[in-house]
Amino acid sequence: MSDPNDENPVDARARRGRNLLLAAALVAFVILVFIVTIIKISHNISVHG
Amino acid sequence: MSTLEALAAPVAAPANVRAARAGDYLALLKPRVMSLVVFTAVTGLICAGRPMDPWLAAVAILCIAVGAGGAGALNMAYDGDIDALMRRTRRRPVPSGRVQAADARALGVTLSLFAVTIMGLAINVLAAVLLAFTIIFYVAVYTLWLKRRTPQNIVIGGLAGALPPLVGWAAASGTAPLNAWLLVAIIFVWTPPHFWALSLYTCEDYAAAGVPMMPLVKGVASTRRQILAYCLVLAPLGVAPAVTGLAGPIYAAVASLGGAALIVLAIRLLVGQGPAPAPAAASSTSAKTTLYTVDAGARPARDLFVLSLVYLFALFAALLGEKLAGVAPLVR
Repeated sequence: MSDPNDENPVDARARRGRNLLLAAALVAFVILVFIVTIIKISHNISVHG
Repeated sequence: MSTLEALAAPVAAPANVRAARAGDYLALLKPRVMSLVVFTAVTGLICAGRPMDPWLAAVAILCIAVGAGGAGALNMAYDGDIDALMRRTRRRPVPSGRVQAADARALGVTLSLFAVTIMGLAINVLAAVLLAFTIIFYVAVYTLWLKRRTPQNIVIGGLAGALPPLVGWAAASGTAPLNAWLLVAIIFVWTPPHFWALSLYTCEDYAAAGVPMMPLVKGVASTRRQILAYCLVLAPLGVAPAVTGLAGPIYAAVASLGGAALIVLAIRLLVGQGPAPAPAAASSTSAKTTLYTVDAGARPARDLFVLSLVYLFALFAALLGEKLAGVAPLVR
């Protein structure tokens, strides 16, 4: 492990890129669960009234 | 430093190795393999012929793609040592030191669990079970067990790469009928001649890594004979969907011509060249742009490798095109 304050700019940029990818993946996951939930609820309403 | 602080702190890359970028983690998912998996899975999903909510269809394909990516990351995590010895794979994130094997394993397990769970919750249990089986088979049976032990590694392990159309079919219909298994059988029988043709001119790499590919264990002549044998089985098997009510005339024509071309190239590989197409190393001048230079003796193997790729793509593209265009099957 290294101190974040000692990071060189290249490593810091790489870490920022990794963090952005992780953030994008988490947001995509939330959207995915939302879409699946809406579809499932809509289907159940149309079947069961 | 507490455990939490240790996890949160940036990981220092080894000396002379740059820190991992986001692209390195995406490379762990083997995007080129993933694209073929997605293509065959979409074909299976469409061939099922069941109306499916397009959003759920997209979720199913996403799960298959992420599952394939997770399996690819686990493969790279466990194969880092031998990947470092082969020119084709030594620049991958794990052998180059940019990503730790433990991180690749964690990514692979996380993505695999995510893919199977969402598939089970959002689509159906059968598709989730088949997806889980595919991932476990690729990692446990192929990567950990067979790859370093037997020249039949890609024969048996090829089942993992053959299953995506079945998973797609099951996702759409909740069933796994014989026509879906027929698509699996086509990819399963296609795999050995495809990879053996490649290994005929890259076997120096496999020898350096100690991977017992067929040409290294049984010899070049035996490998050529087995390639022809598999092509002789594959050609009629490729046409079979046209007589089982799955495919139409366009597919039948593509499969017939492609199968015949495969057999011709396999015969040329067997009888047309000298005793051994020496695997050719990339020269120092061409290494930057060309991974492997192929000498005249290895050309037939290279041609067969390329044609086999085109063949499989053409088969599934024809099948997919017919279904999307509403072309009636030859046999009802």
